[in-house]
Amino acid sequence: MAEKAVSATAAQAPGRTREATRAEDRYVAPAVDIYETPEELVLLADLPGVGKDELDVRVEEDVLTIRALSKYPAPGEVLWEEFELPNYFRQFELSEAIDQEKISADFKNGVLTLHLPKSQKARPRQIEVKVS
Amino acid sequence: MARWDPWQEMEALRREIDRAFESAGFRFPSLLRTSLWPARGERGFPPVNVYEDKDNFYVSLLAPGLEPHSINLSVLRNSLTVSGERAPQGTGKFEAVHRQERPAGKFSRRIELPAEVDESKARAEYRNGILTVTLPKAAQAKPKEITVQVG
Repeated sequence: MAEKAVSATAAQAPGRTREATRAEDRYVAPAVDIYETPEELVLLADLPGVGKDELDVRVEEDVLTIRALSKYPAPGEVLWEEFELPNYFRQFELSEAIDQEKISADFKNGVLTLHLPKSQKARPRQIEVKVS
Repeated sequence: MARWDPWQEMEALRREIDRAFESAGFRFPSLLRTSLWPARGERGFPPVNVYEDKDNFYVSLLAPGLEPHSINLSVLRNSLTVSGERAPQGTGKFEAVHRQERPAGKFSRRIELPAEVDESKARAEYRNGILTVTLPKAAQAKPKEITVQVG
């Protein structure tokens, strides 16, 4: 159920070609966590340096795309550098088990939280056994 | 810091290598390009950049998803210590974990600055997951101009 619901291999083939055509900008796949509850999948993505307006989350042809531009103007001359802020890009394939209409997103402190509810069909349902 | 599953690290490395080969016009080695790559050798979490201008040092920490009030900062002479905790998300209430790439757990980093700073005027801002600490240089650390008297 799980791996089908979100194949987190980032929609391999299309993702690559699309990324390659944009080689001018540098894109990096953000680190994500994906958890599953009986009702939904929860996806958390680290997107530090991204403002709300620079974040683009969309679902197109069963592919969830996260794209974001990070911005952090250097406050001065660099003395020591361990990170540089890239642009983020990652794709996930959604299965039919996800109710795409009801996906909701929240973005706070550089972390994107997506709630991907399962469709009614995919939710576990208990069937009452009647004893006659 | 939380412990990292070696398989997960290998997966991250694989992704990194894939990325190195698929991007055509890269100008930097690809390993420099990740942000927040977990467990990156001796580099700690969170990754730190240090900047300087005439009056201040600026320390930037890439640490998304923290509760601002849970960040502890302390300054002593020329060193800044930042500690905090990023709460792990998936504890118990989930029936399955499909990806867990985001670092979680307690962290602490001490950053040595090249000169003393004025502790009382230090300030910090947390914005879009980046913590920026502004540390004014101590008066004795600032360059002084000496006027040459013409006798």
